Amino acid sequence: MNRLLELEKVTVRFGGLVAVSEVDFHVADGELVGLIGPNGAGKTTLFNLITGVYTPTSGSIRFLGQEVGHMSSSDITGMGVARTFQNIRLFSSLSVLDNVVAAFNLHLKSGFLGALWRGNAFRSEEQSIREEAVRLLEIFGLAETAHAPCRSLSYGDQRRLEIVRALATRPRLLLLDEPAAGMNPTEKVELMRLIQFTQERFGLAVLLVEHDMKVVMGICQRIAVLEYGRKIAEGTPAEIQRDKRVIAAYLGEEVTDA
Amino acid sequence: MGARSGFLAAVLAAFVISGLFTGHPEAAWPLAQLDDYLLNILILAGINVVLATSLNIVNGHTGQFSLGHAGFMAVGAYGSAALTQINGKACLAALSFLGPCAQGGLFVCALLFGAALAALAGLAVGLPSLRLRGDYLAIVTLGFGEIIRVVFQNTEAVGGARGLTGIPPQTTLGWTWAVAALCIYCVSALVNSTYGRGFLAVRDDEIAAEAMGINPTRYKVTAFVVGAFFAGLAGALYAHLIGYISPEGFTFLKSVDVVVMVILGGMGSTVGVAFAAVGLTVLNELLRQAEQYRMVAFSLLLIVLMITRPQGLLGGMGRFFSRKGGNP
Ligand SMILES: Nc1ncnc2c1ncn2[C@@H]1O[C@H](COP(=O)(O)OP(=O)(O)OP(=O)(O)O)[C@@H](O)[C@H]1O
Ligand SMILES: [Mg+2]
Repeated sequence: MNRLLELEKVTVRFGGLVAVSEVDFHVADGELVGLIGPNGAGKTTLFNLITGVYTPTSGSIRFLGQEVGHMSSSDITGMGVARTFQNIRLFSSLSVLDNVVAAFNLHLKSGFLGALWRGNAFRSEEQSIREEAVRLLEIFGLAETAHAPCRSLSYGDQRRLEIVRALATRPRLLLLDEPAAGMNPTEKVELMRLIQFTQERFGLAVLLVEHDMKVVMGICQRIAVLEYGRKIAEGTPAEIQRDKRVIAAYLGEEVTDA
Repeated sequence: MGARSGFLAAVLAAFVISGLFTGHPEAAWPLAQLDDYLLNILILAGINVVLATSLNIVNGHTGQFSLGHAGFMAVGAYGSAALTQINGKACLAALSFLGPCAQGGLFVCALLFGAALAALAGLAVGLPSLRLRGDYLAIVTLGFGEIIRVVFQNTEAVGGARGLTGIPPQTTLGWTWAVAALCIYCVSALVNSTYGRGFLAVRDDEIAAEAMGINPTRYKVTAFVVGAFFAGLAGALYAHLIGYISPEGFTFLKSVDVVVMVILGGMGSTVGVAFAAVGLTVLNELLRQAEQYRMVAFSLLLIVLMITRPQGLLGGMGRFFSRKGGNP
């Protein structure tokens, strides 16, 4: 399978702290990969590196064969990487629908002048964007609340909206940072099913951070484990379950979704 | 959407009203008796609407706190006067082929020239300021405004500290409100589009905006340039209303006035800001006799508002283009 994302000896340092250390890792096209590890292991930091929020201190990050380590966040998204945030970052003053609409910006044909002139091409594009946004919202059961302020959504729905918003950028790789945090077990299972559904429907590769072992083991084809910024294991769910270092890393630690 | 027809109606109305007010004083229409003082206030109100709505795209919609609007206004004022006053004769001669319309044609050219220069200044300020946020950006833009003023103050070609007199008073009520309508239309049209959601996204969360493929730099510079363009237009209108400009007319306090209008009207609410601009213009005139207390009154107004309605008078409602279902 061709490699969509490739990390080679990626390291990032914050002062004295090495948050991610020499991580080798890859995601292939259409794959659903889990990324787990105890709190502070560096999972979110790895996402921030892949999406250009941080620049790696050393090492290389390639997407579709192109080095993206020093590219801006928006350019990387333009190449087909989308993400959600662990600490929800919606556009708080916008409606549910507008949060999604804003994310269509990337593929917009009528820009500044189109918005001013408001001709037919502009109007039909706006119309189709709105329709597509609503279709995406429908998949995640949010179409009814399309015109509500996004702040009024429940915590779980805000997380769902983050996924919809990310999908609106038409990614090839979707990074989900604890998308089921704060949800009850039933909701979690439901969300994971949705993630699998969208992954197949849009032909996405997904990299999923999730603390709930059962959930991760259930849907991921492959799992990588981080601890103190290092990758300590990688393999199929069955292999990870047996891995001594992984067991040690989690031993005595409450695995919660806090 | 009917947006464009609404806009055209507004412009048409502005011209009709201007015809009523400025056409023939002896006309039978009662409104034509409007005295000069009131007329002046109405024009000033229009200019302030342009200033406030254009600052709103920077401060309100894009969330970049700029304190340099008076600087852009000055660029527009001096730039336009460069055509109509400093090089007035030469420019008029160049436009003589327009016949009786030469004077009006020159005025339009001067407005656009001043606005274009201001837009360039907006670009010049916007680009290097992009890494700055909040207070830092406010300080840099404030500094820019003062630099512009000091430059004009020390340039003898534009009258130095004495200022420029003899600018043809061509600004009419119709022109002013047509520009105001154009400004309100442009800002609203820009913001109310998928493209324009980018401004709001950058304001709400820059990191998330970037993660959605929105380039914050481009949006901030665009906001600065559009804001400066209209501030320049406002400056040009102002110069051709009063007939006299001096660096003292474009101090930091003028920028503060505009910021107060934006905050009062509700950051990001186009209609609210336009109303606040009119209201504050009138209030300004009422307080003309008590000039030294004006700032005190403004400050009190702001404090009361911050406590009772932090989102501004019309904040969160009254967008120019309402869609069914409505926006928050
Ligand atoms: N910008 C930063 N500056 C300094 N330290 C940082 C920064 N970002 C992350 N860190 C540190 O890097 C380490 C890894 O943090 P990270 O958020 O990636 O962990 P995580 O695996 O996502 O944990 P959690 O499961 O709690 O979300 C932590 O010690 C964190 O404090
Ligand atoms: Mg994390």
